[in-house]
Amino acid sequence: MRPARERISPVVRSLPPSGIRRFFDLVAEMKGVVSLGVGEPDFVTPQHIRDMAMYSLEQGYTSYTSNYGILELREAISDYLEHFIGNVYDPRREILVTVGVSEAVDLALRAILEPGDEVIIPEPCYVSYKPCTVLAGGVPVVVSTTVQNGFQLTARDLEPHITERTKAILLCYPNNPTGATLSYENLEGIASIAAKHDLLVISDEIYGELTYSGRHVSIASFPDMQERTIVLNGFSKAHAMTGWRIGYAAGPSDIIAAMVKIHQYVALCAPITAQKAAREALLHGDHEKERMKNRYDERRRLIVRGLNEIGLACFEPKGAFYAFPSIAVTGMSSEEFAERLLQEEKVAVVPGNAFGQSGEGYVRCSYAASVDNILIALERMARFVERHRRI
Amino acid sequence: MLRKRLLEILQDSDRYTPAQLATMLGVTEEEVKATLKELEDSGVIIKYHAVIDWEKSGEEIVTALIEVKVTPQREVGFDDVARRIYLFPEVRSVFLISGDYDLSVVIEGKSMREVAFFVAEKLATIEHVQSTATHFVLKKYKQNGVIIGEPEQNHRLEVSP
Repeated sequence: MRPARERISPVVRSLPPSGIRRFFDLVAEMKGVVSLGVGEPDFVTPQHIRDMAMYSLEQGYTSYTSNYGILELREAISDYLEHFIGNVYDPRREILVTVGVSEAVDLALRAILEPGDEVIIPEPCYVSYKPCTVLAGGVPVVVSTTVQNGFQLTARDLEPHITERTKAILLCYPNNPTGATLSYENLEGIASIAAKHDLLVISDEIYGELTYSGRHVSIASFPDMQERTIVLNGFSKAHAMTGWRIGYAAGPSDIIAAMVKIHQYVALCAPITAQKAAREALLHGDHEKERMKNRYDERRRLIVRGLNEIGLACFEPKGAFYAFPSIAVTGMSSEEFAERLLQEEKVAVVPGNAFGQSGEGYVRCSYAASVDNILIALERMARFVERHRRI
Repeated sequence: MLRKRLLEILQDSDRYTPAQLATMLGVTEEEVKATLKELEDSGVIIKYHAVIDWEKSGEEIVTALIEVKVTPQREVGFDDVARRIYLFPEVRSVFLISGDYDLSVVIEGKSMREVAFFVAEKLATIEHVQSTATHFVLKKYKQNGVIIGEPEQNHRLEVSP
């Protein structure tokens, strides 16, 4: 038999293990932990959506669907996008329903990349972007964002990283883990760079609905950008449907067709029950969506203020449900901070370096947690910081 | 808008300090205090109240819903009878309702016997009360918007991306 290390592809071997996975294992061993480490809503999917899923099962909807997803859902997505970002997509050719946005990221990268193509990714970033780029044969090119510019990618920071091999820019705003959104000016700047260098943009807008000040603006809505942008979105965050695994991609028909080619071989289609539920969420879920968003917004203000008060400087997140405070006052690395906070005070946060080196010196605190738990966590963190303050 | 959002939070829980409420709503503490005072003074907020699961506390409490038919009186309609009923400390709530009967009265007592006694001796004998029908509460599932017993769990992992 081949030696163990040769059985696994070198590309997969080259991927680092997820920082979140390691931390999850630590937390799983402990009891009584207050967790701010969770990247998903603390609400259960609204009842009417669950009812629709059960009803569809009762009606016998248990089969495969079109590779693209059921047409009624794609039509609902098309209407939604027209209203939400102002772009019109043909539901028959320009929208693909995927197994969560995670699959859509993978499909988009695999559909467009040739070996060695570079993808520009602002960091800190969601954990899968760089590995998915590598798995698709591409080369992730990281552009660090900093608290000084509100963790926003700017045209000025972006342009020096563009080479002849640059194929795409992968954006995620509102951002996981920082909660940053992109200002209109920055979006405009990035759009003009994309046009100037003929780049594609993969825009993960899964947190778009969770924008707390102003309205979400998609880069795809800028002039001439629809033809070079793949908008990714889904139901996990805004509709509290993480476990249903329904995402979608909307973009130029040739790219969507290429993504469908891969999708039909690896997933065939998203689960029909979840697709039926997702359509219900789009058609009748606004009220619940708004209610949950208001709750997140209240908690956002509370946690940001609380973190600042205990000395963990936190810029104001404008979207998603994460606060990303600096832990500089403790002089610890983000892993040390998270691990010791867990051991000493039983509060789980995610080390910032799980989201790339640019996240070092920060931790991610999810405020998709009850107000009571946020207050308890803040109290414990205050004790911890008081004990370990070095500056 | 501030009033509505403040009321929504308070209906959920009244445990937060004005400073915490101010932060949650993005306004000043003074604004919260002033709005709270206005809401209290104008009777919009009637009382801050805990929702208690007596079964868990070990105390025995019997709750009954009583349908009461009333002969309305000139000038005061049902109000006078309702007043006579709600002044009893055993009575937790009184509603005038449409339908087959007139007043819906919620009573709490230490035992079924005590409740039965109250209905027979005090409630049914009030002038203009025509009849009563008593329904004992066997189990409470939800009260004042709060799920009693096992609230729905979100089975999340402790850490996720």
